[in-house]
Amino acid sequence: MALELTKIQDLMDAAKSGDRRSLSQLLTAIQSGEKIPETTSDPWTLGVTGPPGVGKSTLIGKLVERWKSSGERVAILAIDPSSPITGGSLLADRIRMGGHASGKDVFLRSIPLGKDVAGISPFIGEMCSILSECGWSRIIIETVGAGQSEISIIAFADRILLIDGPDRGDIIQAEKAGLMEISDIIAVNKSDLPGAEAAAREIALSLSLVEGDERKVHLVSAIEGHGIDELIQEIESCNLNSGSKILRMKQRLLSSWNSLLTEHHEIDTLLDELCDGSITVSDAIRHMAITLEFGDE
Amino acid sequence: MRIVMSKPGLDGHDRGAKVVARALRDGGHDVIYTGLRKTPTEIVGIVNDEDAEVLGISTLSGAHGSLIPKICDGLKNSGLGGVIVFAGGIIPNRDRKKLFDCGIRAVFGPGTPTSEVLEFLQEAITRKKNNDPVGVGEDTGWHWS
Repeated sequence: MALELTKIQDLMDAAKSGDRRSLSQLLTAIQSGEKIPETTSDPWTLGVTGPPGVGKSTLIGKLVERWKSSGERVAILAIDPSSPITGGSLLADRIRMGGHASGKDVFLRSIPLGKDVAGISPFIGEMCSILSECGWSRIIIETVGAGQSEISIIAFADRILLIDGPDRGDIIQAEKAGLMEISDIIAVNKSDLPGAEAAAREIALSLSLVEGDERKVHLVSAIEGHGIDELIQEIESCNLNSGSKILRMKQRLLSSWNSLLTEHHEIDTLLDELCDGSITVSDAIRHMAITLEFGDE
Repeated sequence: MRIVMSKPGLDGHDRGAKVVARALRDGGHDVIYTGLRKTPTEIVGIVNDEDAEVLGISTLSGAHGSLIPKICDGLKNSGLGGVIVFAGGIIPNRDRKKLFDCGIRAVFGPGTPTSEVLEFLQEAITRKKNNDPVGVGEDTGWHWS
Protein backbone atom coordinates (compact mmCIF):
# COMPACT_ATOMS: atom_id res chain seq x y z
CA MET A 1 0.00 0.00 0.00
CA ALA A 2 1.92 3.04 -1.23
CA LEU A 3 1.15 6.24 0.55
CA GLU A 4 1.29 9.42 -1.44
CA LEU A 5 4.02 11.85 -0.71
CA THR A 6 1.57 14.50 0.46
CA LYS A 7 0.11 11.97 2.90
CA ILE A 8 3.58 11.32 4.33
CA GLN A 9 4.18 15.06 4.64
CA ASP A 10 0.81 15.50 6.41
CA LEU A 11 1.66 12.69 8.81
CA MET A 12 5.03 14.28 9.52
CA ASP A 13 3.51 17.68 10.22
CA ALA A 14 0.91 16.16 12.55
CA ALA A 15 3.47 13.93 14.28
CA LYS A 16 5.77 16.91 14.87
CA SER A 17 2.95 18.84 16.47
CA GLY A 18 2.58 15.99 18.95
CA ASP A 19 -0.02 13.66 17.39
CA ARG A 20 0.95 10.14 18.48
CA ARG A 21 -1.38 8.42 16.05
CA SER A 22 0.43 10.05 13.13
CA LEU A 23 3.85 9.24 14.56
CA SER A 24 2.84 5.61 14.91
CA GLN A 25 1.55 5.46 11.32
CA LEU A 26 4.70 7.13 10.10
CA LEU A 27 6.88 4.45 11.72
CA THR A 28 4.77 1.77 10.01
CA ALA A 29 5.20 3.58 6.69
CA ILE A 30 8.97 3.63 7.16
CA GLN A 31 8.97 -0.07 7.97
CA SER A 32 6.99 -0.90 4.87
CA GLY A 33 9.62 0.86 2.80
CA GLU A 34 8.09 4.29 2.18
CA LYS A 35 10.63 6.99 1.54
CA ILE A 36 10.38 9.87 3.92
CA PRO A 37 11.82 13.36 3.46
CA GLU A 38 15.24 13.89 5.04
CA THR A 39 15.24 15.38 8.50
CA THR A 40 17.78 17.70 10.03
CA SER A 41 17.53 16.35 13.55
CA ASP A 42 20.43 14.73 15.34
CA PRO A 43 18.92 11.85 17.34
CA TRP A 44 20.29 10.83 20.73
CA THR A 45 20.49 7.05 20.46
CA LEU A 46 21.52 4.21 22.74
CA GLY A 47 21.77 0.61 21.56
CA VAL A 48 21.21 -2.06 24.19
CA THR A 49 22.20 -5.61 23.43
CA GLY A 50 23.30 -8.81 25.12
CA PRO A 51 22.48 -12.52 25.31
CA PRO A 52 18.89 -13.67 25.94
CA GLY A 53 17.78 -13.64 29.56
CA VAL A 54 20.35 -11.24 31.06
CA GLY A 55 17.68 -8.65 31.86
CA LYS A 56 17.92 -6.15 29.01
CA SER A 57 14.26 -5.18 29.09
CA THR A 58 14.16 -4.96 32.88
CA LEU A 59 17.26 -2.75 32.91
CA ILE A 60 15.83 -0.58 30.14
CA GLY A 61 12.70 -0.20 32.31
CA LYS A 62 14.95 1.21 35.03
CA LEU A 63 16.74 3.61 32.68
CA VAL A 64 13.38 4.79 31.35
CA GLU A 65 12.14 5.41 34.89
CA ARG A 66 15.16 7.61 35.70
CA TRP A 67 15.05 9.50 32.44
CA LYS A 68 11.33 10.12 32.73
CA SER A 69 11.76 11.62 36.17
CA SER A 70 14.45 13.98 34.87
CA GLY A 71 12.09 15.24 32.17
CA GLU A 72 13.29 13.29 29.15
CA ARG A 73 10.91 11.72 26.64
CA VAL A 74 12.01 8.17 25.90
CA ALA A 75 11.31 6.12 22.77
CA ILE A 76 12.22 2.45 22.55
CA LEU A 77 12.54 0.34 19.42
CA ALA A 78 12.47 -3.26 20.66
CA ILE A 79 13.63 -5.69 18.01
CA ASP A 80 12.82 -9.38 18.42
CA PRO A 81 13.41 -12.41 16.23
CA SER A 82 10.69 -13.88 14.02
CA SER A 83 10.04 -17.58 13.71
CA PRO A 84 11.99 -18.88 10.73
CA ILE A 85 9.23 -21.43 10.13
CA THR A 86 6.00 -19.44 10.21
CA GLY A 87 7.38 -15.91 9.92
CA GLY A 88 5.31 -14.98 12.97
CA SER A 89 6.68 -13.42 16.14
CA LEU A 90 5.83 -13.01 19.79
CA LEU A 91 6.98 -9.63 21.07
CA ALA A 92 6.96 -9.48 24.82
CA ASP A 93 9.50 -6.86 25.86
CA ARG A 94 6.65 -4.80 27.25
CA ILE A 95 6.04 -7.25 30.05
CA ARG A 96 9.51 -6.98 31.46
CA MET A 97 9.70 -3.22 31.18
CA GLY A 98 6.87 -3.20 33.67
CA GLY A 99 4.93 -0.04 34.25
CA HIS A 100 7.58 2.07 32.55
CA ALA A 101 6.69 0.99 29.03
CA SER A 102 3.67 3.24 28.74
CA GLY A 103 2.58 6.77 29.52
CA LYS A 104 2.78 10.01 27.66
CA ASP A 105 6.57 10.32 27.93
CA VAL A 106 7.36 6.81 26.72
CA PHE A 107 6.88 5.43 23.23
CA LEU A 108 7.59 1.74 22.69
CA ARG A 109 7.44 0.11 19.28
CA SER A 110 8.07 -3.64 18.92
CA ILE A 111 9.69 -4.62 15.66
CA PRO A 112 9.86 -8.20 14.41
CA LEU A 113 13.17 -8.96 12.78
CA GLY A 114 11.52 -10.74 9.87
CA LYS A 115 13.36 -13.00 7.50
CA ASP A 116 15.76 -10.43 6.21
CA VAL A 117 17.97 -8.33 8.46
CA ALA A 118 19.26 -6.36 5.50
CA GLY A 119 15.62 -5.41 5.07
CA ILE A 120 15.13 -3.78 8.43
CA SER A 121 18.41 -2.25 9.52
CA PRO A 122 18.32 0.88 7.36
CA PHE A 123 14.81 1.68 8.61
CA ILE A 124 16.12 1.91 12.13
CA GLY A 125 18.15 4.99 11.26
CA GLU A 126 15.12 6.67 9.66
CA MET A 127 12.87 5.79 12.59
CA CYS A 128 15.37 7.37 15.00
CA SER A 129 15.48 10.58 12.95
CA ILE A 130 11.69 10.86 12.91
CA LEU A 131 11.38 10.16 16.62
CA SER A 132 14.00 12.77 17.38
CA GLU A 133 12.30 15.27 15.09
CA CYS A 134 9.10 14.70 17.07
CA GLY A 135 10.76 15.57 20.36
CA TRP A 136 11.81 12.18 21.72
CA SER A 137 15.03 13.07 23.49
CA ARG A 138 16.26 9.58 24.39
CA ILE A 139 15.96 6.78 21.83
CA ILE A 140 16.81 3.21 22.82
CA ILE A 141 17.30 0.42 20.30
CA GLU A 142 17.10 -3.02 21.92
CA THR A 143 18.20 -6.25 20.24
CA VAL A 144 19.09 -9.73 21.34
CA GLY A 145 22.83 -9.87 20.91
CA ALA A 146 23.15 -13.14 19.14
CA GLY A 147 25.36 -12.47 16.18
CA GLN A 148 26.20 -10.57 13.06
CA SER A 149 22.64 -9.67 12.15
CA GLU A 150 22.05 -7.82 15.40
CA ILE A 151 25.32 -5.97 15.07
CA SER A 152 24.18 -4.49 11.80
CA ILE A 153 21.09 -3.10 13.54
CA ILE A 154 22.64 -1.94 16.79
CA ALA A 155 25.30 -0.07 14.81
CA PHE A 156 22.64 2.55 14.04
CA ALA A 157 22.88 3.71 17.66
CA ASP A 158 25.52 6.29 18.59
CA ARG A 159 26.41 4.61 21.86
CA ILE A 160 26.11 0.95 22.67
CA LEU A 161 25.52 -0.73 26.01
CA LEU A 162 26.35 -4.42 26.21
CA ILE A 163 24.73 -6.37 29.05
CA ASP A 164 25.70 -9.77 30.43
CA GLY A 165 24.48 -11.79 33.40
CA PRO A 166 26.19 -13.75 36.18
CA ASP A 167 27.77 -17.11 35.43
CA ARG A 168 27.44 -16.78 31.73
CA GLY A 169 30.56 -15.54 30.07
CA ASP A 170 28.35 -15.32 27.02
CA ILE A 171 29.60 -11.96 25.92
CA ILE A 172 33.11 -13.31 25.86
CA GLN A 173 31.69 -15.78 23.35
CA ALA A 174 29.98 -12.90 21.62
CA GLU A 175 33.37 -11.34 21.18
CA LYS A 176 33.73 -13.58 18.17
CA ALA A 177 30.91 -11.75 16.49
CA GLY A 178 32.42 -8.35 17.25
CA LEU A 179 29.86 -7.23 19.83
CA MET A 180 32.52 -6.40 22.40
CA GLU A 181 34.41 -4.22 19.94
CA ILE A 182 31.51 -2.02 18.98
CA SER A 183 30.23 -1.59 22.55
CA ASP A 184 31.05 1.57 24.49
CA ILE A 185 29.70 0.54 27.87
CA ILE A 186 29.62 -2.91 29.42
CA ALA A 187 27.44 -3.92 32.35
CA VAL A 188 26.86 -7.15 34.24
CA ASN A 189 23.27 -7.26 35.48
CA LYS A 190 21.77 -9.22 38.39
CA SER A 191 24.52 -8.19 40.82
CA ASP A 192 22.15 -9.40 43.54
CA LEU A 193 22.87 -12.97 42.45
CA PRO A 194 26.04 -14.95 43.16
CA GLY A 195 28.42 -15.16 40.25
CA ALA A 196 27.89 -11.60 39.00
CA GLU A 197 31.16 -10.32 40.42
CA ALA A 198 33.07 -13.23 38.99
CA ALA A 199 31.51 -12.61 35.58
CA ALA A 200 32.44 -8.90 35.76
CA ARG A 201 36.03 -9.78 36.70
CA GLU A 202 36.30 -12.20 33.81
CA ILE A 203 35.10 -9.60 31.32
CA ALA A 204 37.40 -6.95 32.80
CA LEU A 205 40.28 -9.39 32.42
CA SER A 206 39.43 -9.97 28.80
CA LEU A 207 39.30 -6.19 28.20
CA SER A 208 42.66 -5.68 29.89
CA LEU A 209 44.28 -7.90 27.28
CA VAL A 210 43.95 -5.09 24.78
CA GLU A 211 46.23 -2.16 25.42
CA GLY A 212 44.48 1.18 25.64
CA ASP A 213 41.04 -0.31 26.24
CA GLU A 214 39.81 1.69 29.21
CA ARG A 215 36.22 0.51 29.36
CA LYS A 216 35.16 -0.55 32.80
CA VAL A 217 32.63 -3.19 33.65
CA HIS A 218 29.60 -1.95 35.61
CA LEU A 219 27.90 -4.19 38.14
CA VAL A 220 24.21 -3.39 38.29
CA SER A 221 20.99 -4.87 39.59
CA ALA A 222 17.95 -3.77 37.62
CA ILE A 223 15.62 -5.38 40.14
CA GLU A 224 17.14 -3.75 43.22
CA GLY A 225 18.28 -0.55 41.52
CA HIS A 226 21.97 -0.90 42.43
CA GLY A 227 24.51 0.78 40.20
CA ILE A 228 21.90 2.40 37.97
CA ASP A 229 22.97 5.99 38.75
CA GLU A 230 26.60 5.29 37.84
CA LEU A 231 25.51 3.49 34.69
CA ILE A 232 23.33 6.41 33.59
CA GLN A 233 26.18 8.81 34.29
CA GLU A 234 28.49 6.80 32.08
CA ILE A 235 25.87 6.54 29.33
CA GLU A 236 25.37 10.32 29.43
CA SER A 237 29.07 11.11 29.35
CA CYS A 238 29.99 8.48 26.80
CA ASN A 239 32.64 9.70 24.38
CA LEU A 240 31.16 9.41 20.92
CA ASN A 241 34.48 9.62 19.21
CA SER A 242 35.90 6.51 20.72
CA GLY A 243 37.50 3.83 18.62
CA SER A 244 34.23 2.01 18.23
CA LYS A 245 32.77 4.82 16.14
CA ILE A 246 34.60 3.76 13.02
CA LEU A 247 33.37 0.18 13.47
CA ARG A 248 29.81 1.43 13.84
CA MET A 249 30.04 3.57 10.74
CA LYS A 250 31.42 0.60 8.83
CA GLN A 251 28.44 -1.51 9.93
CA ARG A 252 25.98 1.22 8.94
CA LEU A 253 27.62 1.54 5.56
CA LEU A 254 27.56 -2.20 5.03
CA SER A 255 23.93 -2.68 5.99
CA SER A 256 22.75 0.26 3.90
CA TRP A 257 24.79 -1.07 0.97
CA ASN A 258 23.34 -4.57 1.44
CA SER A 259 19.82 -3.28 1.35
CA LEU A 260 20.55 -1.22 -1.78
CA LEU A 261 21.84 -4.36 -3.47
CA THR A 262 18.95 -6.57 -2.38
CA GLU A 263 16.47 -3.95 -3.64
CA HIS A 264 18.21 -3.56 -7.00
CA HIS A 265 15.64 -3.71 -9.79
CA GLU A 266 17.61 -6.28 -11.78
CA ILE A 267 18.55 -8.56 -8.90
CA ASP A 268 16.39 -11.50 -10.03
CA THR A 269 17.83 -11.46 -13.54
CA LEU A 270 21.36 -11.18 -12.20
CA LEU A 271 20.79 -14.10 -9.84
CA ASP A 272 19.52 -16.23 -12.72
CA GLU A 273 22.55 -15.32 -14.78
CA LEU A 274 24.83 -16.16 -11.88
CA CYS A 275 23.10 -19.53 -11.55
CA ASP A 276 23.51 -20.47 -15.21
CA GLY A 277 27.09 -19.23 -15.15
CA SER A 278 26.75 -16.60 -17.87
CA ILE A 279 28.23 -13.91 -15.56
CA THR A 280 30.56 -13.96 -12.57
CA VAL A 281 29.97 -12.41 -9.14
CA SER A 282 32.35 -9.55 -9.95
CA ASP A 283 30.49 -8.90 -13.23
CA ALA A 284 27.24 -8.71 -11.27
CA ILE A 285 28.67 -6.32 -8.67
CA ARG A 286 30.18 -4.07 -11.33
CA HIS A 287 26.86 -3.96 -13.15
CA MET A 288 24.89 -3.25 -9.98
CA ALA A 289 27.27 -0.55 -8.81
CA ILE A 290 26.78 1.55 -11.96
CA THR A 291 23.03 1.02 -12.14
CA LEU A 292 22.13 1.55 -8.46
CA GLU A 293 19.03 3.54 -7.73
CA PHE A 294 19.11 5.56 -4.56
CA GLY A 295 15.41 6.24 -4.26
CA ASP A 296 15.95 9.82 -3.08
CA GLU A 297 15.66 11.60 -6.39
CA MET B 1 -1.00 -8.79 10.84
CA ARG B 2 0.17 -6.89 13.90
CA ILE B 3 -1.91 -8.08 16.84
CA VAL B 4 -1.90 -6.79 20.41
CA MET B 5 -2.97 -9.40 22.97
CA SER B 6 -4.09 -7.72 26.18
CA LYS B 7 -5.06 -8.51 29.78
CA PRO B 8 -7.16 -5.68 31.22
CA GLY B 9 -8.12 -5.28 34.85
CA LEU B 10 -7.06 -7.11 37.95
CA ASP B 11 -7.26 -10.71 36.84
CA GLY B 12 -3.92 -12.44 36.97
CA HIS B 13 -4.52 -15.52 34.84
CA ASP B 14 -2.97 -15.30 31.43
CA ARG B 15 -2.52 -18.87 30.28
CA GLY B 16 -5.42 -18.46 27.85
CA ALA B 17 -3.97 -15.22 26.46
CA LYS B 18 -0.58 -16.89 26.05
CA VAL B 19 -2.03 -19.94 24.29
CA VAL B 20 -3.87 -17.69 21.84
CA ALA B 21 -0.79 -15.48 21.38
CA ARG B 22 1.29 -18.54 20.58
CA ALA B 23 -1.30 -19.87 18.12
CA LEU B 24 -1.44 -16.52 16.33
CA ARG B 25 2.35 -16.40 16.14
CA ASP B 26 2.35 -19.89 14.66
CA GLY B 27 -0.24 -18.62 12.19
CA GLY B 28 2.41 -16.19 10.93
CA HIS B 29 1.26 -13.06 12.76
CA ASP B 30 3.29 -10.58 14.78
CA VAL B 31 1.88 -10.70 18.29
CA ILE B 32 2.62 -8.13 20.98
CA TYR B 33 1.66 -9.24 24.48
CA THR B 34 0.93 -6.44 26.96
CA GLY B 35 1.45 -8.38 30.17
CA LEU B 36 -0.98 -8.45 33.09
CA ARG B 37 -3.17 -5.80 34.70
CA LYS B 38 -3.35 -3.07 32.09
CA THR B 39 -5.86 -0.26 32.27
CA PRO B 40 -8.14 0.43 29.27
CA THR B 41 -6.19 3.67 28.68
CA GLU B 42 -2.88 1.81 28.65
CA ILE B 43 -4.24 -0.76 26.21
CA VAL B 44 -5.50 1.91 23.82
CA GLY B 45 -2.07 3.60 24.04
CA ILE B 46 -0.30 0.34 23.23
CA VAL B 47 -2.55 -0.36 20.22
CA ASN B 48 -1.73 3.14 18.99
CA ASP B 49 2.04 3.07 19.54
CA GLU B 50 2.37 -0.40 18.03
CA ASP B 51 0.06 0.58 15.15
CA ALA B 52 -1.73 -2.77 15.56
CA GLU B 53 -4.51 -3.86 13.22
CA VAL B 54 -6.07 -6.30 15.66
CA LEU B 55 -6.63 -6.28 19.44
CA GLY B 56 -7.38 -9.39 21.50
CA ILE B 57 -8.79 -8.93 25.01
CA SER B 58 -8.64 -11.76 27.54
CA THR B 59 -10.59 -11.47 30.77
CA LEU B 60 -11.61 -14.03 33.37
CA SER B 61 -12.51 -11.78 36.27
CA GLY B 62 -16.12 -11.01 35.39
CA ALA B 63 -15.32 -7.34 34.80
CA HIS B 64 -15.75 -7.63 31.01
CA GLY B 65 -18.98 -5.61 31.08
CA SER B 66 -17.11 -2.62 32.47
CA LEU B 67 -13.63 -2.95 30.94
CA ILE B 68 -14.35 -3.95 27.35
CA PRO B 69 -16.73 -1.05 26.50
CA LYS B 70 -14.14 1.36 27.97
CA ILE B 71 -11.46 -0.05 25.68
CA CYS B 72 -13.78 0.11 22.65
CA ASP B 73 -14.72 3.73 23.39
CA GLY B 74 -11.07 4.61 23.92
CA LEU B 75 -10.14 3.17 20.52
CA LYS B 76 -12.98 4.99 18.78
CA ASN B 77 -12.04 8.29 20.42
CA SER B 78 -8.38 7.94 19.43
CA GLY B 79 -8.90 7.50 15.71
CA LEU B 80 -8.49 3.73 16.03
CA GLY B 81 -12.00 2.75 14.93
CA GLY B 82 -10.55 0.59 12.16
CA VAL B 83 -8.93 -1.86 14.59
CA ILE B 84 -10.51 -5.34 14.68
CA VAL B 85 -11.25 -6.34 18.30
CA PHE B 86 -12.05 -9.78 19.70
CA ALA B 87 -12.43 -11.04 23.26
CA GLY B 88 -12.07 -14.31 25.12
CA GLY B 89 -12.17 -15.82 28.57
CA ILE B 90 -15.08 -16.30 30.93
CA ILE B 91 -17.82 -14.25 29.29
CA PRO B 92 -21.36 -15.66 29.75
CA ASN B 93 -23.61 -15.85 26.69
CA ARG B 94 -26.05 -13.35 28.15
CA ASP B 95 -23.34 -10.65 28.23
CA ARG B 96 -22.16 -11.10 24.68
CA LYS B 97 -24.74 -9.06 22.81
CA LYS B 98 -23.75 -5.91 24.68
CA LEU B 99 -20.11 -6.49 23.70
CA PHE B 100 -20.99 -7.11 20.05
CA ASP B 101 -22.94 -3.83 20.15
CA CYS B 102 -19.74 -2.06 21.29
CA GLY B 103 -17.93 -3.31 18.19
CA ILE B 104 -16.35 -6.56 19.45
CA ARG B 105 -16.28 -8.97 16.47
CA ALA B 106 -15.89 -12.31 18.30
CA VAL B 107 -16.10 -13.75 21.80
CA PHE B 108 -14.32 -17.05 22.42
CA GLY B 109 -15.10 -19.15 25.47
CA PRO B 110 -13.25 -22.01 27.19
CA GLY B 111 -12.62 -25.00 24.95
CA THR B 112 -12.43 -23.01 21.70
CA PRO B 113 -9.87 -24.65 19.38
CA THR B 114 -7.10 -22.16 18.53
CA SER B 115 -7.76 -22.93 14.85
CA GLU B 116 -11.14 -21.22 15.24
CA VAL B 117 -9.46 -17.98 16.32
CA LEU B 118 -7.32 -18.12 13.20
CA GLU B 119 -10.39 -18.80 11.04
CA PHE B 120 -12.11 -15.78 12.56
CA LEU B 121 -9.08 -13.62 11.81
CA GLN B 122 -8.95 -14.87 8.25
CA GLU B 123 -12.58 -13.94 7.73
CA ALA B 124 -12.08 -10.55 9.39
CA ILE B 125 -9.06 -9.84 7.19
CA THR B 126 -11.04 -10.78 4.08
CA ARG B 127 -13.80 -8.39 5.11
CA LYS B 128 -11.27 -5.63 5.64
CA LYS B 129 -9.72 -6.23 2.22
CA ASN B 130 -13.16 -5.99 0.62
CA ASN B 131 -13.76 -2.74 2.51
CA ASP B 132 -16.64 -4.35 4.42
CA PRO B 133 -17.00 -2.75 7.86
CA VAL B 134 -15.24 -4.83 10.53
CA GLY B 135 -13.34 -2.37 12.77
CA VAL B 136 -14.50 -1.62 16.31
CA GLY B 137 -15.85 1.78 15.32
CA GLU B 138 -17.39 0.73 12.02
CA ASP B 139 -21.12 0.30 11.86
CA THR B 140 -21.93 -3.32 11.09
CA GLY B 141 -24.10 -6.12 12.35
CA TRP B 142 -21.42 -8.69 11.56
CA HIS B 143 -19.73 -10.79 14.20
CA TRP B 144 -18.30 -14.31 14.43
CA SER B 145 -20.96 -16.65 15.77
